[in-house]
Amino acid sequence: MSTRFWTGSRRDTLAGYLFIAPQLIGSVLFVFVPLGLVFWYSLHEWNVLADTFTFVGGENYQALADDPKLADALVATGFFSAGLVVLNLSLALLLAVLLNQRLRGTVFFRTVFFSPVVVSLVAWTIVWSFLLQDNGGINGLLETVGVDGPNWLRGEGTAMIAVIVVQVVKNVGLNMVLFLAALQGVPANLYEAATVDGASRRRQFLSITVPMISPTILLTSIITVVGSLQVFAQIAVLTQGGPGTSTTVLVYYLYQQAFQFHHFGYGATLSVLLFAIVLLLTLVQWRMRRKWVFHES
Amino acid sequence: MKIRVILAAATAGALALGLAACGGGEEEPSTGPVSLRMTVWSSNEAHLKLFNEIADAYKAKNPRVTEVKFDPIPFESYTTTLTTQIAGGNGPDLAWLLENSAPDFVNSGALVPLDDTLGKAEGYNAADLSPSATSLWKADGKLFAYPFSTSPFGVFVNTDMLKAAGQQTPAELIAANQWTWEKAVAAAAASSAKSGKAGLVVRDFDYKGWDNLSTVWAGWGAQAWSPDGKTCGFDQQPMVDAMTFLHKAIFTDKALPGPGTTADFFAGEAAMTITQISRASLLKEAKFGWDLVPLPTGPKGEYAVIGQAGLGALKKGKNADVAADFLAFFTNPDNSAKLAAYFPPPRTSQLTAATLAKTNPLLKPEQLQQVVIDGISSGVVKPSHTGQAEIAQAVRAALDPLWKPGADVKAVLGGVCSAINPLLAK
Repeated sequence: MSTRFWTGSRRDTLAGYLFIAPQLIGSVLFVFVPLGLVFWYSLHEWNVLADTFTFVGGENYQALADDPKLADALVATGFFSAGLVVLNLSLALLLAVLLNQRLRGTVFFRTVFFSPVVVSLVAWTIVWSFLLQDNGGINGLLETVGVDGPNWLRGEGTAMIAVIVVQVVKNVGLNMVLFLAALQGVPANLYEAATVDGASRRRQFLSITVPMISPTILLTSIITVVGSLQVFAQIAVLTQGGPGTSTTVLVYYLYQQAFQFHHFGYGATLSVLLFAIVLLLTLVQWRMRRKWVFHES
Repeated sequence: MKIRVILAAATAGALALGLAACGGGEEEPSTGPVSLRMTVWSSNEAHLKLFNEIADAYKAKNPRVTEVKFDPIPFESYTTTLTTQIAGGNGPDLAWLLENSAPDFVNSGALVPLDDTLGKAEGYNAADLSPSATSLWKADGKLFAYPFSTSPFGVFVNTDMLKAAGQQTPAELIAANQWTWEKAVAAAAASSAKSGKAGLVVRDFDYKGWDNLSTVWAGWGAQAWSPDGKTCGFDQQPMVDAMTFLHKAIFTDKALPGPGTTADFFAGEAAMTITQISRASLLKEAKFGWDLVPLPTGPKGEYAVIGQAGLGALKKGKNADVAADFLAFFTNPDNSAKLAAYFPPPRTSQLTAATLAKTNPLLKPEQLQQVVIDGISSGVVKPSHTGQAEIAQAVRAALDPLWKPGADVKAVLGGVCSAINPLLAK
């Protein structure tokens, strides 16, 4: 008689695979397969209306290199990402530090700043599109203090700023909560020791708080950078990429090419570029964690 | 290890499934029960009720057809959603098409040619279709979509607002033969100054939908591009004159609301609006006096602009032949007369003030004659071109610098041509 097939270790292995199966199947079907298909489409010229799907090899990648509008889209994306990350992280950290105090009303304010996170993104953005109109709420408010506000969404400079601020206010609460959790994990005795040594509040912040919460800074910066590269709904609702092409970020440009201009093959090529950029930035941030992050050795 | 093999097989299976799902491909025409789907951009209950009645009559005659579903898609994203459905292998059997996507659909081979089906249909009388209405929907002499709505642009006027500002109404100006753009803008500016509300609104323009401005510039004889679609018209003198006039009307006279300001005429927020006559239904419960008049005359005299919508059967559909047959039924003389309640028909025999008056109780016979019937016979269709979406986007971006005080109109319009010349040449 041969040995039993279902040995303990085999059974454990099966159990293990079964446990990861739902996630694995989901990832394969909804992440890896589409990812592979996007790459496949990027090697084709796909005319939806004429129903033609022709292999063109690297032509779309050549077109990418020659595309005069791509540079504008990359500049807009860089500007948006940089503005968003800097503003979001610094504001989130500031709010977290302020709301980490044991004062009356902090719970109320934490709720206030976090609540936009749970609001539907499109609804949030549509309301802001009304507020940011030339005769909208923001300028009405400015008028009461005697300031003649700009036409936010129609000015080349102000449109991008408006989109960034709308997005920061929407999502700053999430990073704030993450920072708050991290701040509360910093041992109080470190501050006591520093106070005894005569360190100023600023010194304590820079030499204790920042290093101690550096893993969270890394985490928030990665998710914020990745999120900023995927901004779409805000642009679609607020500016449709205008005025001019000043807010046509990469994802919006990709959407235009694929779904409005019907260049699905080229749209897929732009997706591959976006994927490469996100991957690269995440890798860079991850590699630099040794320099930044206190806990990693 | 066996499990790894199973897992690999499962992964491969999933991949194949994904690929197959996206592959689509032609299917054989079936002989079994047929269910048709038609995408439309109207979710107006009265429209859908009428469509369903026509569909029920068709189903009664054709028992094989068990369902005709009218699937409303929001207007703003209509073409994008439609093409995405087609790309996903989930396209409809029939679809309404906007005039600006007509060249793309007509020239791509996505639609079933209709001449044979319409020719064979009993009592159809395809010769009745007005040539000016069908020309946009033809390629190589074949008709690819039926222009089910040919709707001229007119000016809706809030007569209460104009009178309050001490202005003559357009009807009075027309009677005095003075209904010109100068007068229209002056009246709009005066009304706006008096009421604090908007003067004249070019509906759906909103400093993005620039093709709606053709309702203005056509009065100067300007055009976005030459009829063959090869030469840019934005830098030509008529366009420069028209845009200079418009720029002054917006930023100097304040006759039109500036960028980033919305005003809805039908909610009583503007003195006048330029839009298609099909919007008259929005005035059913209007609390102000109103009138509908033709577009003012421009330096080139009287003119009319029409917007069109077509109905096509998609070749890729499982039952394209049945879809085309339903299209012939949906648009036959009887049903066309019913549809005329909402959509001005392309049939010359039905384009009479008497026929249209029966179904458009809100409009007076002279309004129908002046705006609808005269408009359809003499109107130019809003600009359209193969690859319209990309051109439209390029024009929008290039026109943006125009929408501020002190813009250099000629330079901006030159910029529009540099932006779209490569696209027109494609």
